[in-house]
Amino acid sequence: MALINIKIEGVSYQVEEGLTILEAAKKCGYEIPSLCAFNHGECSKGSCRVCLVEATGARGLVASCVYPINEGMEIKISSPAAVAARRASVELLLSNHNVNCQQCEKNGKCELLYVAGVTGAREGKFKGVKTPVTVDRLTSSIVRDTSKCILCGRCIERCKNAHGMGILGFENRGFRTIVAPAENRSFANSPCILCGQCVSVCPTGALMEKSEIDKVDEAMKAGKHVVVQTAPAVRAALGEEFGYPVGTAVTGKMVAALKRLGFHKVYDTNFAADLTIMEEGTELLSRIKNGGKLPMITSCSPGWVNYAEYNYGDLLEHLSSCKSPHQMLGAIVKSYYAEKKGIDPKDIFVVSVMPCTAKKHEKDREELKVEGLADVDAVLTTRELAKMIKRAGILFNKLPDEEFDGDLLGDYTGAGVIFGVTGGVMEAALRTVYYVLTGKEHEAIKFEAVRGFEGIREASIDINGMAVNVAIAHGMKNAKVLLDDIRAGKSKYHFIEIMGCPGGCIAGGGQPIVRSCFLPNEDDDILDTYKEKRAKALYSEDERQVLRQSHNNEQIKALYADYLGEPNSHKAHELLHTSYSAKIGFND
Amino acid sequence: MAHISENGVKTIREICGRYAGEKTPLIMILSDIQKEYGYIPLEVQKIVSEETGISVAEIYGVVTFYSFFSLEPKGKYVIGVCLGTACYVKGAQQIIDKFSEILGIAPGGTTTDGLFTIDALRCIGACGIAPAVTINGKVYPKLTVDQVPVIINEYKALGGAN
Repeated sequence: MALINIKIEGVSYQVEEGLTILEAAKKCGYEIPSLCAFNHGECSKGSCRVCLVEATGARGLVASCVYPINEGMEIKISSPAAVAARRASVELLLSNHNVNCQQCEKNGKCELLYVAGVTGAREGKFKGVKTPVTVDRLTSSIVRDTSKCILCGRCIERCKNAHGMGILGFENRGFRTIVAPAENRSFANSPCILCGQCVSVCPTGALMEKSEIDKVDEAMKAGKHVVVQTAPAVRAALGEEFGYPVGTAVTGKMVAALKRLGFHKVYDTNFAADLTIMEEGTELLSRIKNGGKLPMITSCSPGWVNYAEYNYGDLLEHLSSCKSPHQMLGAIVKSYYAEKKGIDPKDIFVVSVMPCTAKKHEKDREELKVEGLADVDAVLTTRELAKMIKRAGILFNKLPDEEFDGDLLGDYTGAGVIFGVTGGVMEAALRTVYYVLTGKEHEAIKFEAVRGFEGIREASIDINGMAVNVAIAHGMKNAKVLLDDIRAGKSKYHFIEIMGCPGGCIAGGGQPIVRSCFLPNEDDDILDTYKEKRAKALYSEDERQVLRQSHNNEQIKALYADYLGEPNSHKAHELLHTSYSAKIGFND
Repeated sequence: MAHISENGVKTIREICGRYAGEKTPLIMILSDIQKEYGYIPLEVQKIVSEETGISVAEIYGVVTFYSFFSLEPKGKYVIGVCLGTACYVKGAQQIIDKFSEILGIAPGGTTTDGLFTIDALRCIGACGIAPAVTINGKVYPKLTVDQVPVIINEYKALGGAN
């Protein structure tokens, strides 16, 4: 790459050709205040005007995020004109913003407030027309409040990039412009899969998860027996909310915090991930042996299940009938556990801490209820758990490492841990399927071929002379490719893993927001590397486990011996399996 | 939600097919549909989405951005009053007010007999003949408020005959 000469504030630098002013400045040690820079690649290109600078050869001030550098360019970031213009840009954004910051769920992680601080912008400088407000609280997962929206368009880009869908778009023009599903509909009346990727890129509180902290508080107050479970991906990211480097597993401290928050039992969803493997693995083998619908597709990701129901109603028989792990745990807590402990299931309140917003919607699905009773009563995102910990005044970093409760549903294997990353469910299943078909453990344990972050991965695994063809996709854009092949009768796979969010649960819509302005100690490329770092935290926890195959989980064996009989038994079907139905996206 | 006949679906697919080779076909497709049917409801946008792979939200965004496109059926005679800067300073506001007063509808609205729609347009590029009004493509230059009732009566005389 050719180098060219530029000057910033009169100092000479050599930087790569082809960069924008914003990128070049970053390499020279300047962070020009901006909204998109915290989230590269996902904004509508120069729309917010927060990053204005002076540059020679340009007419007036330029938006540094889109303006390319050229040979000999002199850039002034801190000239009085540039400083005043950036402040005015933010003040204009604030003039049409619901500045009710202390009541906003985004408080503390709001990029608009951050740039207001950096630029010295004050609210109230400009008074004028405000956009008519829509607040959509109809789904269990996501709240959209247009009074907080700054029309940056990142959510629109993310929805498109992740899923090729574009549920959100700009509507109307001028002061009436909003970001919304077509016709300013609720997410509930659109084919939105509720994955929450839009929430994870929103710079303000315009898109947030629907908080269920109040529900948990009420259950505690009502004297319910409150059981909490945590998904594998939560431990890989929760630490970021408390200043730990991205990729630090904080399992022990997370458990200690949950115990101090007053939960009566702290279980790991990993136990149920092992249970899922027993059920799903058995289902796969039975489909292969008995000529059932193949390929079979995983059903752990509720975002993916929503997508399938909206877009591939004709392929629903391909989905495994297994409930997702946290629902399985809820069902077992309200049956087996309740029986063993002598507690009325109606007095039990199950809370799932998940990296996911779609799980909030999933727990309310009628199809999942057992005799009218929901498996799970409240779903908190990783972010909500962090809020509860902070609210309780717990100094997370000073907590000792503690262990999950060990009785009945406490064991878990490495196979359960890796459920949180794309390819993980597949690998966990292969470990057990290999054992069932060969009668011995796969020696390497790992199935390297299914790991990684390529959008679509495939492998053919030789098990006892049988070639098991598998594929993995994450993000609906990638899933679509595999699904269209099935529809066309061209799919050669036995088993497909699909996760809704790109990267899998570690980068789910309920995970801590990754933004360079809030992570000053991370490398510049953190937005490119955080998924791998979080995944590594899970793969290392897998490697630290003594038991790494679901079928070796002693408490799972006991659960079958004592209660369920065998995998896919009648009882197991009653508690652990579900059904799907085609749904219409734009329903009125 | 509007129900489209099988023939209608076929026509919309055919219109989409006209621009299959284009890199950015959306505006052209929507223009043809607007001309053919006079409006572009969500049901139609969904068909365009299926045919082009462009999301419904994006199509809806384009339809609601340009005043040329309409979500609702328009009247037989669409009166476009330019409110661009030049026309505005030459009194276009009084002209659109007069149309509204006589027809009893606000800009954007359609008369109950389905005869007239009034559209407020941004600059139509006819500043030299400001204030300008177009009715179904016919341009009325340097219009005065007094001419408004005369013009309305002319079209009323033509009536609703197709």
